[in-house]
Amino acid sequence: MYGNDVIDPNEPLNAAETAAYDAAAEHEDQRGGRDTVGGDFDALLAADQRIEPRDAMPDEYRETLIRQIAQHAHSEIIGMQPEGNWITRAPSLRRKAILIAKVQDEAGHGLYLYSAAETLGIDRQELLERLHDGKQKYSSIFNYPTLTWADCGAIGWLVDGAAIMNQVPLCRCSYGPYARAMIRVCKEESFHQRQGFEILWNLMRGTESQKAMAQDAADRWWWPALAMFGPPDTGDAAKGGHTEQSMAWGIKRFSNDDLRQKFVDMTVPQAQKLGLTLPDPDLRWNEERGHWDFGQIDWDEFWQVLRGDGPCNAERIEHRRRAHDEGAWVREAANAYATKQAAREREQQQKESAA
Amino acid sequence: MSGATTPTTGAGAPSEPAQGERSWPLWEVFVRGKRGLSHVHVGSLHAPDAELALRNARDVYTRRQEGVSIWVVKADDVTASSPSEKDSFFDPAGDKIYRHPTFYDVPEDVEYL
Repeated sequence: MYGNDVIDPNEPLNAAETAAYDAAAEHEDQRGGRDTVGGDFDALLAADQRIEPRDAMPDEYRETLIRQIAQHAHSEIIGMQPEGNWITRAPSLRRKAILIAKVQDEAGHGLYLYSAAETLGIDRQELLERLHDGKQKYSSIFNYPTLTWADCGAIGWLVDGAAIMNQVPLCRCSYGPYARAMIRVCKEESFHQRQGFEILWNLMRGTESQKAMAQDAADRWWWPALAMFGPPDTGDAAKGGHTEQSMAWGIKRFSNDDLRQKFVDMTVPQAQKLGLTLPDPDLRWNEERGHWDFGQIDWDEFWQVLRGDGPCNAERIEHRRRAHDEGAWVREAANAYATKQAAREREQQQKESAA
Repeated sequence: MSGATTPTTGAGAPSEPAQGERSWPLWEVFVRGKRGLSHVHVGSLHAPDAELALRNARDVYTRRQEGVSIWVVKADDVTASSPSEKDSFFDPAGDKIYRHPTFYDVPEDVEYL
């Protein structure tokens, strides 16, 4: 699960979009030997080839990728919490097994992504510390609570649906390890969306209170799901964001706004099929554009949640840190066991060579 | 899924963990999808020893029966060619087009050639 919404509002613009970068680039050009390396990188990008871990790459490209992949990885593992909350209370054994598998998948996705980030020369331990210290973000969607069972349906259908929309283009990302991780993630993610839809489908064919529960979940998750695509980045909003540079680098393939529109176009007919009313009075088909028009997203709320004032920000990080700290003895024990086994093996070898 | 045929730690110097806790070594994971295919690199993971690396690889990379056999190799034990020497390293094969069957001029009406 992941959105484009994790850009720190307090952070300066991407270094590569400022005059400081232009000056630095000029400076680099005047240094002997480096321009041929830069040419390699640019030539690879121009040819739509993948950049691989040990290739030369601009520092800004490396930094941008580390930040994006880390935020993506953090989103996966923080994303285990809202649904993990319902594992003990899933309404049937079937639902429980599915939910466990889904939450386990999110853990796996986190691992693929941390591995991809590590190929850029950063240690996973350090990334986790940045998450725990609040220095790196995760998708703000996970700062909303899962109040009812129907929320597990809405998350699968809307949140994972939006995540897939975001992630499919990343399968063609210019950085090889990230692209390969995304291919794997997308393949696994499609069951997540379908199981969510199925939960709502069943609720909508149940009792009146079950239908009301499904509608309530859709009401609460629709707008945060749209915000997952990140702030507007086309038209006037194109200036000053990361989108332009990320597109030039082949990290990003579509704008936030394009992906959001595609998501709305895909999801409205699904909501109709479910019999759910999406909470937007401005939602209507625009014949001329060939797209669904939709209302204004509350970006004040978005920035507020991103800054840390969402319903569950503190709880999510608190839980994450506790889980990490409480697992310390397991990691220590595994280390002690590995050290002891290695020592025994050495002893055995020494005995054998002495005999 | 991470590095292709190069160890995933290959880029730059890995930074030291900021706190006291020692990071587990990195292992590269190779999976045989089915009998008759070779093992293919699928990604990497951290584990304290080979046995746990293998178990974690099973849980992470074969949750949907993607494999019938797994290799784990310590990333530090992989020796890789250097991308900066790519040209000179692979150059020797560049001018030996006579190693390809299409190099040879033969009459078109000769069968089984």
